[in-house]
Amino acid sequence: MQADYFEKKKRSTRLFLAILGVVTVISIIITEYNVVKGFSSLPKAVEWGLANFYPTQESLTKLPAILDKLIETLLVSIAATTTGAVMALLFAILGSNTTRVNAFFGSISRGIATIFRNIDVAAWAMILLFSFGQSSLTGYFALFFGSFGFLTRAFVETIDEVSGSSVEALQATGAGYFSIIFQSVIPSSLPQMISWILFMIETNIRSATLIGLLTGSGIGFTFNLYYKSLNYDVASLVVVVIIVAILFIESVSNYVRRAVL
Amino acid sequence: MEANEQLTSAKQLLDPQLQKKIRIKTLTKSSVVIRSTLIILALLSIYAFISFDYKQLDVGEAVLSTFANLKAMFLEPHLKHFTFTHALYQVFVTLGLAFLTTLFGAIIAVFLGLLAAENLTNKRVSSMIKGSVAFIRAVPTVLWVLIFAVAAGLGSVAAVIGMTFHSVSYLVKAYSESFEELDNGVIEALQASGANWWQIIFQAVIPSSLTYMISWTFLRFEINFAVAIAMGAAAGAGGIGFDMFMASNFYLDIREIGAITYFVLAIAILLEMVAIRFKKKLKVNG
Amino acid sequence: MTALLEVNHVSKQFGSDTKALSDVNFSVNEGEFVSIIGPSGAGKSTLLRCINRMIDATSGEIIFDNMNVMNLKKKDLKKVRTKIGMIFQHYNLVNRLSVIENTLHGNLGKKSTLAGVLGLYSQEEKEQAVNILHVLGLDEHIYKRADQLSGGQKQRVGIARALIQDPRMLLCDEPIASLDPNSAKIIMDHLRNISTKLGITVLVNLHQVDVALKYSDKIIGVNHGQVVYNGSPKDITKEDIQLIYGSEAEDLIFDVGGIHAS
Repeated sequence: MQADYFEKKKRSTRLFLAILGVVTVISIIITEYNVVKGFSSLPKAVEWGLANFYPTQESLTKLPAILDKLIETLLVSIAATTTGAVMALLFAILGSNTTRVNAFFGSISRGIATIFRNIDVAAWAMILLFSFGQSSLTGYFALFFGSFGFLTRAFVETIDEVSGSSVEALQATGAGYFSIIFQSVIPSSLPQMISWILFMIETNIRSATLIGLLTGSGIGFTFNLYYKSLNYDVASLVVVVIIVAILFIESVSNYVRRAVL
Repeated sequence: MEANEQLTSAKQLLDPQLQKKIRIKTLTKSSVVIRSTLIILALLSIYAFISFDYKQLDVGEAVLSTFANLKAMFLEPHLKHFTFTHALYQVFVTLGLAFLTTLFGAIIAVFLGLLAAENLTNKRVSSMIKGSVAFIRAVPTVLWVLIFAVAAGLGSVAAVIGMTFHSVSYLVKAYSESFEELDNGVIEALQASGANWWQIIFQAVIPSSLTYMISWTFLRFEINFAVAIAMGAAAGAGGIGFDMFMASNFYLDIREIGAITYFVLAIAILLEMVAIRFKKKLKVNG
Repeated sequence: MTALLEVNHVSKQFGSDTKALSDVNFSVNEGEFVSIIGPSGAGKSTLLRCINRMIDATSGEIIFDNMNVMNLKKKDLKKVRTKIGMIFQHYNLVNRLSVIENTLHGNLGKKSTLAGVLGLYSQEEKEQAVNILHVLGLDEHIYKRADQLSGGQKQRVGIARALIQDPRMLLCDEPIASLDPNSAKIIMDHLRNISTKLGITVLVNLHQVDVALKYSDKIIGVNHGQVVYNGSPKDITKEDIQLIYGSEAEDLIFDVGGIHAS
C-alpha cells in the first residue's frame, strides 16, 4: 500500500514533467526561440546597457519636453481609470449575484464586461486608431475599455465578498433597492474598490507607454522617437522618468491603501 | 407599561446631551482619506479632459465612425491577407511565447521567492529582493523588450526575455506570500529533527504551497498571453499580435482585425474560464 | 389571546428532490416567546426565512397580523417586513459603518428612496437610536465602527437595528450560536425582556436545548422539515427530545434530566 502511494506520486510527477518538457520543446520550435542566443544575449545586453544606456548631460536639456509628455500620459491614465470605474460600478452592481436586479441582466452585464476585458488594450488602440488618429483620445478610449472590463470583474468580486450578509439584513427590514445599495453595498466595498482603482491607475500608466508606441502619442511615442533614432541617452532618460513616476504613484497608493483598508 | 417608562427615563437621563444635534457620521482617518482620494481623482480627470490634445478632432464624428468600425469588425469579419491556418498557427506562436515566458519566470521566481520569504531568510535579504522586484515592475514590459532587442535583435528571444522580467516580479511576490503563510511550527519541527535548509524547502515549504503556486502561475500565463499579443504588435515579436498590427497599420483592414480579435477572444475567454477555477481553489484554501 | 402569526401547511422544496419543509403548522400568540429547536439541517433557518419571505415557500399560507404574507406584492411585502425585525447568527452589520448608523438602518424601510440613498435621518430618529443603544448598554460605543466590537456587542447592535423598526415580532436566527456563554446569556436576557416588557413577539431558532427550555413560553421541535413537538417547555419529556434530535439524543437526554431536576 505505502509503496504504491510513493510509486504513484513519483509516476504522476514524472508525467507532469514530461508534459512540461514536450510543451516547452514545441514552444521553442514554433516561436523559433534560439536557446543559445537567449543565454548569450543576457550578458551582451548588460554590457551594451552599461556602455550606452544612461542619460548624459546633454540629454537633460530634453527633460522639460519629456516631463510634459509624462504628465499628458498620467492624466490620460487617470481619466480613463476614473470614468471606467464609474461605468464598472454600474455594471458590477447589475452583475453581482448579491445586488443584481434579475438573473438575465446579471449575465448580460457580466458578459459585456468579459468581452471588453479580454480584448487587450493594445488591440483596442489599433481599432480606435482608425477613427481617432494620433490623438490622446485613442489612448484614452483604449485604456477606458480595458479598465472598464477589468474593474467590473474586480468590483463584482468585492461586492459579493463583503456585502452579502448586510444586504440580507437590510432586505429583512423592508429597505428599498437603492437604500440597500447606498447604505450597505457602497460603504462596505468602497475601500476595496479604491484599492482596485489605484492598482488600475498604476497598470494603465504602464499600458499607456505601450499604447503611445502604437498610436504615436504620450511618453511612449517620445521613447520610440529617440529609440528609433538611436539616441539611447535620451531614451534612457525617458525610462528613468517613467520609473520615478511609477514608483511615486505606487508609494502614494500604498499610503492610501494602508489608511483606507 | 414598564418598558415605556424605562425608555422615557433613559431619554431624560440623556437629555442634556441631546440638546445639540446628533451627528451620525464620524470623521476618521480612513473616511477622510477615502473622500480626499475620490475628490482628487475627480479633479484630475476633469483637468485631463480639458487639457487633452484633441488635434482638431471632431469627437462626435469619431465616436460614430468607431461604432461603424466596431460593427464592421464584429459582424462582417473576414481574412484576406492571412489564411485561417496561418492565423491559427500564429495564435499558437503567441501561446508558445506566453508559455516560455511563464516557464522561465516561474523557475527564476521560485528561487527568488524562497529568498524573499521572510520566514525562510532574514529580513535584509527579503526586503532587498522585494525592492528590486518593485523596480523591475516599474519599467513597462514593452521597454524591457525593446531594450533587449538592441542586443538580441527584434524577435522571439528579445520578447521572451523582456516579458520574463515582469513575470518574475509578479510571481516572486505571489510565491513569497504563499511561502510566508506556512505555519512556523512546521519549519520548527523539521529544524528540530535536524533537517537542513534545502531539505525543509523541498519536503515542507514547496509541497504545502504547491497548489497556490500552480494557481498563481496559471493566472500569470493568462496575463502573459495578453502581453504576448501586445508585444507582437509593438515590438515585432511575431505571433497573432504582429498580424493584428499589420492588419491595422499596413492593410488598414478593419474586418481582418475583427477576425483576428475573434481568435484572440476565444483563447482569452477559454483561459479565463480555467483561471477562474484556479482562483476558486486559491479562495477555498486561503 | 390572539394569534399574531399562523403558519398553515407550509412546505418548501429546493430543486426537484430536496424537501426542506413539509406541511409545517403552528401558531404564535401576541407577546409570546417561542423557540424552534432541532438538529442542524432540520429546516429551522428556512422556516424562519419563509415567514418574512426572504425565502419563498413552495406552498401553504402564512398569516401575520391577519394578512397572508404569501400573496403580498413587493410593496406590501416591504411594509410587512418593516413590522418584523430580524436578528442573525453572524450579526450581518455593515462593518465599516458606526454603531449608530447600523442602528438607524432599521428605519430604511420607512424612508423615501432619496432619503434612504443619502442616509438622511431626523433628529427624533437619532434620539430614538441613542435611547435604544443606551437600554442595550452600548452608550460608550455609539461612534465606534461595527468591526471594532466584540461578538456580543455586535449582536446587541443587531437587536438595536431590529428594535428601531418598532416591530411587532422579532425573528432570531441562531442569535447566540457564535457567542461565548456570558455574552449569550446577556443576549437571551435582552430578548426575554423585549418579549415581556415591550410585548413584542419573539421567535428564536436555537440549537441549545437547555437555553430554549429556560427562556421560552413555547417550544417547537423540528426534525427533517416537520414539526414533531409543539407545546410548553414544562411538558417536554426525554422521549420528545429523542424524537426531535433522533439518534443524536443520547448526550442530550442527560441535559434534560439535569434541567428538570433543578
